[in-house]
Amino acid sequence: MLRRAMGLLARPIAASGARSFSTDLPAAQTADAMFVEAWNKVIPNMDPPKTPLSFMQPRPATPSSIPSKLTVNFVLPYASELATREVDMVIVPATTGQMGVLPGHVATIAELKPGVLSVHEGNETTKYFVSSGFVFIHANSFADIIAVEAAPLNQIDANLVQKGLSEFTQKLSSATTDLEKAEAQIGIDVHSALNSALTG
Amino acid sequence: MAMAALRREGRRFAPLISSRPVTAVRSSPFAPSHEDEGRIGFRYISTQIVRNRMKSVKNIQKITKAMKMVAASKLRAIQTKAENSRGLWQPFTALLGDLPSVDVKKSVVVTISSDKGLCGGINSTSVKISKGVHKLNSGPEKETKYVILGEKAKAQLIRDSKKDIELVIAELQKNPLNYTQVSVLADEILKNVEFDALRIVFNKFHSVVSFLPTVSTVLSPEIVEREAESGGKLGDLDNYEVEGGETKGEILQNLAEFQFSCVMFNAVLENACSEQGARMSAMDSSSRNAGDMLDRLTLTYNRTRQASITTELIEIISGASALEG
Repeated sequence: MLRRAMGLLARPIAASGARSFSTDLPAAQTADAMFVEAWNKVIPNMDPPKTPLSFMQPRPATPSSIPSKLTVNFVLPYASELATREVDMVIVPATTGQMGVLPGHVATIAELKPGVLSVHEGNETTKYFVSSGFVFIHANSFADIIAVEAAPLNQIDANLVQKGLSEFTQKLSSATTDLEKAEAQIGIDVHSALNSALTG
Repeated sequence: MAMAALRREGRRFAPLISSRPVTAVRSSPFAPSHEDEGRIGFRYISTQIVRNRMKSVKNIQKITKAMKMVAASKLRAIQTKAENSRGLWQPFTALLGDLPSVDVKKSVVVTISSDKGLCGGINSTSVKISKGVHKLNSGPEKETKYVILGEKAKAQLIRDSKKDIELVIAELQKNPLNYTQVSVLADEILKNVEFDALRIVFNKFHSVVSFLPTVSTVLSPEIVEREAESGGKLGDLDNYEVEGGETKGEILQNLAEFQFSCVMFNAVLENACSEQGARMSAMDSSSRNAGDMLDRLTLTYNRTRQASITTELIEIISGASALEG
């Protein structure tokens, strides 16, 4: 009972805490409101569950003039490398080649291939090697880069890259099933991209 | 022994006899005897029984305290991971929006729960919300199936929704949670289950005492296209240029799969955090209750002990006075 009392006490505090996140745009709220309504009709006894929209900061609308800086979110499963960082330009390794993104870039969805991501801010450039992922460029000069793995280039060991490359080349030649071939090919792609990233 | 038996007999038939013969055999307060009768006729428990109970309650208190410490340390470890993964699903919601009330034919409810118990009410909450979502999405020509992660939800859902369960996955936390494991899991689910919309039900970790049940929706690429064409929330998806790949559909397919694995990863981590937090508070209140119980038992024990000493004294004194005069 004590636990429930704690929960009851925490809920108003928690709800007010959650409300600080849920500064929804009105359009977002209608979707949520529809869900809440439908829920209350069918299951009147329970509170409806929260949805991700209530936990997200809303994005600003598309400005009329092109902003001067690009806002970048670079996220990995284990960390947010860059969170709403204002930069001048990013170059992403899309499947169609290196793509430069400047403020005012047209809205795009692109898949990434293993390669180098470089973030240019003022005079400094930070380079990361990303394994793969997606990049979303929104019309309001927000860029979301979601990668599965990324490492700064200075943390990559060239010897291990060479070893890995030769290992996977050997695996490809000795592969029998399609699955093994595909896995070996992926290994070769990543390692050769790493190689060119380190040298180029 | 015979004297004690006689005394008991006498007590039964003549409760008002005050003087009684002295008996050499006197059960001491610490002898392991059955229930002793009090002088006036009320029964009270032997001290041995109370002591056994005190010992077991004290052990329970120690165990629950230890479990609370273990849960606290596990929570600390996994909380940083969960907070770091929170940025992962936000880009997808920013791009594709969140349409929990989308109208689809086949929905799949992915319920995330724990394998171990003693974690408060979070698993029951998840199951109740899943059942609610199932009810919400039921209707003519619609079907809703369950994919269950964790033993506790399986035990609860298998009772009344056995035919709706597609896949059950257990022992998720045997190895520390990582993205590779969750993406393999997501792959399995995507391969084996047909869906138009996936609704992931989990407990989002808000703080150590509050867990918010949440449902995240991931739509299949066909539904995304349909919603984009019909305008509304996803209307401006068409404005996005799609780079690479042969067709837009291929990219959207990859996007949906990637979104599912990212959202699952975050959901699994948040649920694990909530589990540890709920276990901490459950074990904490358990130890507190055990402490209260121990206090009450101690009082009972002392009262019992003192009452039997008093009885002994009274009998000795009355015996002595009977001898004298």
